[in-house]
Amino acid sequence: MSLHRLPFSLARALLLAVLCHTAHAAHAADLTVSAAASLTNALREIAPLFEAAHRGTKVQLNFGASGALLQQIAKGAPVDVFASADQETMDQAQAHGLIPAAERRDVVSNTLVVIVPARGGRAPRTLTDLTQAGYARIAIGLPASVPVGRYTRSVLEGAGLWSAIAPKTIGAQNVRQALDYVARGEVDAGFVYATDAALMPDRVRVAMTVPTPRPVRYPVAPLKAAPQPALARQFVAFLTGDAARAVFARHGFGQP
Amino acid sequence: MDGAWIPLALTLKVAGWATGINLVLGVALGFAMARTRLPGRDLLDAVFTLPMVMPPTVLGYYLLVLIGTHGVVGAWLLEHFGVRLIFTWQAAVIAATIVSFPLVFKAARAAFEQVDPQLEDAARTLGVSESAVFFRVSLPLAWRGILAGLLLSFARALGEFGATLMVAGSIAGKTQTLSIAVYEAVQAGQDDTANFLVAITSIVCVTVLLAAGRLVPGRVPARHREA
Repeated sequence: MSLHRLPFSLARALLLAVLCHTAHAAHAADLTVSAAASLTNALREIAPLFEAAHRGTKVQLNFGASGALLQQIAKGAPVDVFASADQETMDQAQAHGLIPAAERRDVVSNTLVVIVPARGGRAPRTLTDLTQAGYARIAIGLPASVPVGRYTRSVLEGAGLWSAIAPKTIGAQNVRQALDYVARGEVDAGFVYATDAALMPDRVRVAMTVPTPRPVRYPVAPLKAAPQPALARQFVAFLTGDAARAVFARHGFGQP
Repeated sequence: MDGAWIPLALTLKVAGWATGINLVLGVALGFAMARTRLPGRDLLDAVFTLPMVMPPTVLGYYLLVLIGTHGVVGAWLLEHFGVRLIFTWQAAVIAATIVSFPLVFKAARAAFEQVDPQLEDAARTLGVSESAVFFRVSLPLAWRGILAGLLLSFARALGEFGATLMVAGSIAGKTQTLSIAVYEAVQAGQDDTANFLVAITSIVCVTVLLAAGRLVPGRVPARHREA
């Protein structure tokens, strides 16, 4: 081989290696699940249980804000199962024809809470307290793409406090980022789910539980364009089964 | 779509401040590295270049730990001045400055190394002060390379995303720069806004690169070619 052809053959070898690898990955039964960030810990425990029950299956978990995950799916991401933290995001998926309406299931419920930093944080007693000057920065999920932010906005709008609190809000990319902002003491208070607050009992303190106009329920559905349609349906069924329920309950999630 | 101009203005402000700070820091340190023979110079050079190769999220985390409310610097600032840097546009400036610093520093060092020391010595024999040697001989001879570095650093600061998001967050009208606004728009499925922001960003970046290309050292103006 002449020397000047070396880069070309090297590139060809690399390309071949990459293609072979991709082909191999597609052969194994990989199930891709895009799930709301608040489900992170529970699903990481449930995935191995599903894998054990379905030999040869590998569950790939992809976490993020429900709205962001929906955008990835709408733009063609090869996802099998979608788990959203609110009905609105799943409604959008349904409206875009991404999921079969009949196969949509609510798997868990959650509650909205106000948290403050455990170190030096002052707990508000009512939502109105958050309008005080002592609460200069309040972490919420970005309402455009993060369900917990939408729940928060609807509660504050209902209480007539949104216009007073909105200028003080620090928008987070997902609920776990809002939790992190409070845990680091960078904000004076934050709105997260009870299950998130429970992950950091020594760094954040729950000041109050906030009733939401619409209950916080997590819908799950297989996607119409799922690369593994049969496995996707099995995974959704598994999430409503006893083994998964026990894990969800241990992480503080309620019945749907 | 009016709202889309606000991130542009904010981005230009942040990148402008970052470039201004880097002009002073990068030129000073670049000159020091080109003209002194300190022990450990290679190590210093590596440290100053590090932000260029390190992932922005790593820099963002260092910054968060340093200037955060419970950080060493952050706690001190809060206690003595009541200042909280995180989630302010100044935090975005700090992130952009650090990330784009190596581009000015590297360019300045190389430009000063190209300057013939004999010219500086000649100025000294004429009894000119050291600062005058720098401002009237070294800097004018090196400015072309420095300017190219500054423009690249400005372009890098314009596009900074990871470290900025970590320390300044994404607050519309306050810390939401162009690159973060694009990310938000895509996450929320607002493709119209994303398209508009992406177009603006591309135009600004191409303009800066074209300007930098015209200033690359080695491009000798036609009238000097005979000599």
